[in-house]
Amino acid sequence: MTTTLAPPPPAASTKEEQPRSAPAPSRHTGRKLLVVLVLWLVAWAVLRGKQTLALANADTTGLHEWFNGIRDKVQLLGQDNWFFHGVLGTVASALDSFVGAVQAHVSTVVPGDWVGWFGVLALAMWLTYTLAGLRSTVLVTAVLLFLGVAGLWTDGLDTLIVTLVAVVICIVIGLPLGIAMSRSRRTSAIVTPALDVMQTMPSFAYLTPIALFFGIGPACAIVLTLIYALPPLVRITEHGLNSVAENTVEAGRSLGVTKGQLLRQVQLPMAKRTIVVGINQCTMAALSMATIAALVNGPGLGKPVIAALQTLNVGAASVAGLGIVLIAIMLDRTTTAASERSAPGGQRVAAVGSPGVFGGRTLVLEKLPRWATEDTGRGSAARMRLTPGGRRLVLGLILLPALVGAFYSTRYLQLSQFPDLSGVPVLNEITAGPLSTHINDLTDAVVNALTGVTNGFKNFVTSVMLNPLQSVMSDLPWWVMALVLLAVAYLLGGWRPAAVTVACEAVILGTGLWYDAMVTLTMTLVATIIVMLVAVVLGVAMGRGRRTDTVIRPFLDGFQTIPAFVYLVPALALFAATRFTAIMAAVAYAVPIATKLVADGVRGVAPTTVEAARSTGITRWQMISKVQLPMAREALVLATNQGLLYVLSMVVIGGMVGGGSLGYLIVQGFVQGQLFGKGLAAGIAITALGIMLDRIARYAAARYGR
Amino acid sequence: MTELAENTRTTPGAESDRAALSVHGLWKVFGPNADKLVGTPDLELSRQELQAKSGHVIGVRDVSFDVAPGEVFVVMGLSGSGKSTLVRLLTRLIEPTAGTVLLDGEDLTGMGEDQLRDIRRRKVSMVFQHFGLLPHRKVIDNIAFGLEVRGEDKAGRRSRAQEMVDLVGLSGYEMNYPDQLSGGMQQRVGLARALAGDPAVLMFDEPFSALDPLIRRDMQKEVIRLHHEVGKTMVFITHDLDEALKLGDRILIMRDGAIVQVGAPDEIIGAPADSYVRDFTAEVPKSHVLTLKWVMRAPSSPDEGAGAPPLPDTTVVREAARAVLAADGPVRVVDASGTVVGVVDDEDILRVVVVESHDEPAPASAS
Ligand SMILES: Nc1ncnc2c1ncn2[C@@H]1O[C@H](COP(=O)(O)OP(=O)(O)O)[C@@H](O)[C@H]1O
Ligand SMILES: [Mg+2]
Repeated sequence: MTTTLAPPPPAASTKEEQPRSAPAPSRHTGRKLLVVLVLWLVAWAVLRGKQTLALANADTTGLHEWFNGIRDKVQLLGQDNWFFHGVLGTVASALDSFVGAVQAHVSTVVPGDWVGWFGVLALAMWLTYTLAGLRSTVLVTAVLLFLGVAGLWTDGLDTLIVTLVAVVICIVIGLPLGIAMSRSRRTSAIVTPALDVMQTMPSFAYLTPIALFFGIGPACAIVLTLIYALPPLVRITEHGLNSVAENTVEAGRSLGVTKGQLLRQVQLPMAKRTIVVGINQCTMAALSMATIAALVNGPGLGKPVIAALQTLNVGAASVAGLGIVLIAIMLDRTTTAASERSAPGGQRVAAVGSPGVFGGRTLVLEKLPRWATEDTGRGSAARMRLTPGGRRLVLGLILLPALVGAFYSTRYLQLSQFPDLSGVPVLNEITAGPLSTHINDLTDAVVNALTGVTNGFKNFVTSVMLNPLQSVMSDLPWWVMALVLLAVAYLLGGWRPAAVTVACEAVILGTGLWYDAMVTLTMTLVATIIVMLVAVVLGVAMGRGRRTDTVIRPFLDGFQTIPAFVYLVPALALFAATRFTAIMAAVAYAVPIATKLVADGVRGVAPTTVEAARSTGITRWQMISKVQLPMAREALVLATNQGLLYVLSMVVIGGMVGGGSLGYLIVQGFVQGQLFGKGLAAGIAITALGIMLDRIARYAAARYGR
Repeated sequence: MTELAENTRTTPGAESDRAALSVHGLWKVFGPNADKLVGTPDLELSRQELQAKSGHVIGVRDVSFDVAPGEVFVVMGLSGSGKSTLVRLLTRLIEPTAGTVLLDGEDLTGMGEDQLRDIRRRKVSMVFQHFGLLPHRKVIDNIAFGLEVRGEDKAGRRSRAQEMVDLVGLSGYEMNYPDQLSGGMQQRVGLARALAGDPAVLMFDEPFSALDPLIRRDMQKEVIRLHHEVGKTMVFITHDLDEALKLGDRILIMRDGAIVQVGAPDEIIGAPADSYVRDFTAEVPKSHVLTLKWVMRAPSSPDEGAGAPPLPDTTVVREAARAVLAADGPVRVVDASGTVVGVVDDEDILRVVVVESHDEPAPASAS
């Protein structure tokens, strides 16, 4: 469900800017790269340790100080300037007070306010039932109750509030924008590049500037979430409307529809399902960012996770992390169920349901008045189902008890504040304290049992890959590495990515964080290599075997719904706070998407080709290495590209658990006032790094991916 | 081309003073600067040459014809010959590059958006190869869609749609969704939707090509029946010669966007305009199509064949065979006014029926 979250595959969005017929890759590219490598190593051996531009943690450059000055100025302007105060300030305080009010009346409650926990639960159940059906309602109930019992009620609801407010704003902005883009090629041409940038930028990179303009707090959290979650919705809406079958649109035109009628009666209904999938993507992205936004003092479950990560308390981090994961599953399942219901002509599918599972529903149907139900007629087995009117009646009827529940939840303390269950025998075990102790015990047991393996692996990767690579990439004059990157960009992608590389290198140099950027780049490359190794092995196995695919794919889907932040917790548990931890979190985060892409590529090799190859008496290994992988090259390149971007964004977040370098600097920027400018510079450096890697990968993909 | 257009005036049915549809000098060139090409010598180039030279594709090349009210006018040609483009030009679903289209005397090519929309709502409807139904609406609401679009109230359009449901034989399925129906039934919905607005002209773009042969035959019968019942003017696109011969009052044969021949079925078979049409029609059982007009010869003496009852010259050979073979000698052939225009004997009939020869029988009386 979450695959479309990623920035679009390169072929789709860069078609125009690429040369019509990409020049055939020179046959000597490999040899030239080898020459570059040799020169690089020689330069490293000779010039090692000189002009590395390393900057101590507390040191700053003139630029950083200048940024600090800007911050001070912006903060001053925030008090009276028409733009900073009048516009941004108004938006910020409106969002702050809105979220604050909802929080005060919904998630943290005193009797007499809007709704207590019981009311929230009742209304949430009703809403879920209305939108997504019975199964989702059961899931939502279970998750909310768990949050309550585990002592996560307030934080959990805060996360939901930030997420849902952001999603609603996304829908209000994103749907009209997507519609406008589908109707006007020019709008699309203007907006698409902006969406590209929003999606390639690692989420960490824009924390600082947004915090500068909106101040830390709920408003900032919502704006961040908005930036991160809007692109998938807009893209998918545009795509959904554009891919409404051409012949249906033409049939509409032949009947003389106006543009508005076409949109309302043909395109929107037919694209409805796709648009709801877009809302699913948007929601998942919003949740992911809403937790990260805890860094800018956004309310919600991100906060206890950060607090626990900083004290290396895996148990406490896990409890909050579990809350996040459960919320993720809940939102994903609910929006997916809602999208399945909105299939064209789909009310019927959903309202009929699967008779085996909910036998009770037929009973309800028969008790309704005639006008409320209808027969599906001959074509399918005649089944009773609700007319829109009947549906409204049923929903209205069950809204009543929900409202009554909400009403009473404001009157009684027990229904208002989630009861403390620490005295209750069984439930006691899953309240916050005991639960985190259990998890700590369990983690200790697992970690102890695995110490040999995890340490061995960690030491192996660190000493064989990470250290040497980091040394040759960062422990040498900056200009050598800059030239190496430039040469690689040119050899792999031609002069366009080379030009981008020069510009990005200049920016990184300008931020004064060259050394840290190279360390981040090293971690990114190491993690990407590991990701691709895993992805190729798993992907080939899945692509070749249906059964392997059916077993593995649900896990990958599941992992993809987990917000990025949560990956830090198990990585921290297994590997303590080191660079390696960030790398492993990044690997875990990027493997699902890369594996799926490889698997689909291998599966996509034409069966006739495979059959023809088999008829020549090929071995299994030859089949993989000579037929399937070469023919899935496009997918491999795409998987690498996506893997790189996922890894980069996670490696940076890993700065919080010992990853160091750029990500760490961003976090420090929030913590220490005088390092603000440095954090902002780190964000810029990350963006430059991301754009550079993305461009090189895209152009290389265009060249070699066919 | 204009010569062909004039030709069509001589066929029966086209005599009424105003054609239902009149097309003159219609061009469609696809490509970035198509408009600038009009009137330049480039348009004289063949399709392939033009495409190689400037990347423009000629969809329709200088097409003119008239369709009489109530006529079934079939356009036929191989895939890629420009049929779909032509039929879309007729309602400006595709904008013409040059030329005029008169619908019931009104010039569509000069119309504004609103006027054009009104024409589409009231005067012409189309049936598409891939149906183009709305999957989120029930059959009855699909059929009523055109009425809804033009603003009719719910009760009115429901009852009209119900009539159409019954007319095309879908009674009992009106509450189903399109994906619950077979392909043939879905196309009946498409047909009903087109008929619901009571248009003067119906256009079909290969409506049955996606259907199985047996269903296709049913649907062809259905169209013939509907034509008898509602008597609409029809423009029918097909790549299937059998279908064209079965349905068409007249047939227009297209190739590379241009007209090769226009004529009644027996004219196409009896006097193919060139070797392209001849190859095309080679497999057709001629006795099913040719009329006596095409096989008779001039009487050798004034009273030859006087012994048997005369046959009209529009009789199809296959149907005349029994009478001619049963007669002792030649049989007289008369035209609509009863004037003797020729005679046929066993020999003339057998030449067509038995030999089904590859050389086309020349019309005997070149009057
Ligand atoms: N939108 C278009 N742009 C460019 N060429 C087109 C377009 N539509 C059709 N053509 C070309 O015009 C020719 C006629 O197409 P069409 O009318 O669909 O043929 P038919 O319906 O007879 O199969 C074909 O060569 C086709 O490639
Ligand atoms: Mg066609």
